[in-house]
Amino acid sequence: MAFVLRRLVFYLVAAWVALTVNFFIPRAVPGNAVEAIMGKFPTLQPAAAKALSAMLGVGHPGSLWHQYVNYLRDVFTFNFGTDLLQFPASVTSLLGETIPWTLALVGTATVIAFLAGTALGIIGGWRHGGWLDRGLPALMFLQAIPYFFLALVLIELVAERFHLFPTGQGYDGGLIPGWNASFIGSAIYHSLLPALTIVITSLAGWMLQMRNVMITTIGEDYVVAAQAKGLSSRRVVFTYAARNALLPQLQGFGLALGFVVSGAIIMEIVFSYPGIGLLLLNAVSASDFPMMQAIFLVITFAVLLANLVVDLVLVFADPRVRAKEAS
Amino acid sequence: MTAAPMIVLSQPVVAVTPKSAGRWRRLPLKAKVGAVVLGFFVLAAVIGPLVMPYDPSFSNPAPSLALHAPDAAHLLGTTQSGQDVLSQLLVGIRLTLELALFVGVAATALSVVVGVTAAFLGGLWDDLLSLTSNVFLVIPSLPLLILLLGYLPQKGQLATIVVLSGLGWPWGARVIRAQTLTIRNRDFIAASRETGERTWRIIAFEIVPNEISLIAANFVNTVLYAIGTSVALAFIGLADLNSWSLGTILYWAQSQQALQLGAWWWFVPPGLAVALIGTALVLLNSGIDELGNPRLRDAARGVMIDGHRQRPADPTPVWPQAGPIAPAGPITRALRPFTRSSLLDSRNGGRP
Repeated sequence: MAFVLRRLVFYLVAAWVALTVNFFIPRAVPGNAVEAIMGKFPTLQPAAAKALSAMLGVGHPGSLWHQYVNYLRDVFTFNFGTDLLQFPASVTSLLGETIPWTLALVGTATVIAFLAGTALGIIGGWRHGGWLDRGLPALMFLQAIPYFFLALVLIELVAERFHLFPTGQGYDGGLIPGWNASFIGSAIYHSLLPALTIVITSLAGWMLQMRNVMITTIGEDYVVAAQAKGLSSRRVVFTYAARNALLPQLQGFGLALGFVVSGAIIMEIVFSYPGIGLLLLNAVSASDFPMMQAIFLVITFAVLLANLVVDLVLVFADPRVRAKEAS
Repeated sequence: MTAAPMIVLSQPVVAVTPKSAGRWRRLPLKAKVGAVVLGFFVLAAVIGPLVMPYDPSFSNPAPSLALHAPDAAHLLGTTQSGQDVLSQLLVGIRLTLELALFVGVAATALSVVVGVTAAFLGGLWDDLLSLTSNVFLVIPSLPLLILLLGYLPQKGQLATIVVLSGLGWPWGARVIRAQTLTIRNRDFIAASRETGERTWRIIAFEIVPNEISLIAANFVNTVLYAIGTSVALAFIGLADLNSWSLGTILYWAQSQQALQLGAWWWFVPPGLAVALIGTALVLLNSGIDELGNPRLRDAARGVMIDGHRQRPADPTPVWPQAGPIAPAGPITRALRPFTRSSLLDSRNGGRP
């Protein structure tokens, strides 16, 4: 329990740091966000500058502490202000429309890649020097490809040349979003190629990591002892070696998640997928600061939450973590 | 006091590698391939701008030269506005590698300073520095970088280097702190402390040189991070879009619909360059890793006993005198250890 509590406090600290950094960046960075926005939108009336500075907190109304408290209250009530690009819409409602898409695509694909990569890593570590090892340089190449570049190549090869998959969008343009079979089918069909992109690039990383941990674990005395006792290979691999090798792998999953998710979100842009990525691209190109800040917070909190879940799984799966706390 | 270096020299922590003769030959094949590929790109970065056939920003007004597929005049074709892709690529490789090099040096230096300081000061400072690096490890760096660069009025090369270095140190700091904690308890450190060495001298001349392989590996990883992240940032437009880096070429290719126009020669070369540089760095790193960790070393080093290859991790074999068994395909062979119940039930100890 103490372990869980300590981790919980740690993630709360991390969340507070993210919130505070997010609060101070607009106030610490040289340059004036309001002027940048006014420059980007020539149609805005001069009076809008005042409203903008109030909204972004650039004009510094009130003391810094007062602003900070207001800011925290806004975040906890999911009030991220009004979006500049799609003006009357609030940032929160726009995020609410896109988050489910990203969560479904990136979440599912990442979990599939992690599970498949770990399974392959177990085999690769156990059969060290076997046929899987001969493919290692190819795997390292896949791992080094930027997500969005693989997306471009896959669209060109699979979608444009052979028309096996749609080239982009989240669903067929003629359909109206809703919970019916044809819409869901179309959404799944459109998500296959983006999901494949995520799986291909991130699978190799999980696999290499698991393979290396497995090789180290297999050299441990207790694995040799299990083999010497005459236990079945299956039992030695899964109960003795893989179970122990899985723990560093899970910790690695938490730490690498931020990279994977960020990469996947940028990849969405190539597919014109209706997720956070497109929102982010538009926000960046239009200096839409409220949206950029909200997206930073959303991604950060999602990653922190996933890390917390990983830690809870670790406590559940690893007696050593519990034993360390008991002693 | 003058005796201290003698003690250190007589008790090296890391085995001193034999004289450089044959050092290249002893490198694992992976590391060699990585070094050669990387060397090729470094060479391209150094001499590229001297040998590039055209000015990368020169837009050829002739409509016949816009979006031209590769031919003898333009080896990698032209862009929408008639610019030569090969020239852009040569300049782009230089700019991207230059950025990665600066970020690698700056972030690694930060890692060493933070990691060694935390390990040496201990107590509250260690707790604070470790907490800071752990917090910045879990906060995803790309969205934070986007936010920082988005707010910065100038998004040039220097701004990107500063921001990437500022967020690229936590992982290295963590690893180096752990290593410093083990090294500082070794005898030779105690000996030099007894002889009255100053702390900074111990750190600079005894701790850091002993961590040099770790620092090198960390540098390679940071370079990898810098390339991947800077290309991604440039791809969404957070870079100086008037300069040519691998990321900005991809940005223009994407925003000017290279994909929809079928101009693969526009976006494949820069993306492939990023992937190849990345692969070379990973190969180099894992090759260096294998030098230090014999367990990861290629199984080809295993010994042959009675015509069977024994891998380093294998248990001692027991060969029965049984006759030949049916040949198995690669999939069957790979799956057999998971299905057979004993290690000893087949001719070669359960391992084909």
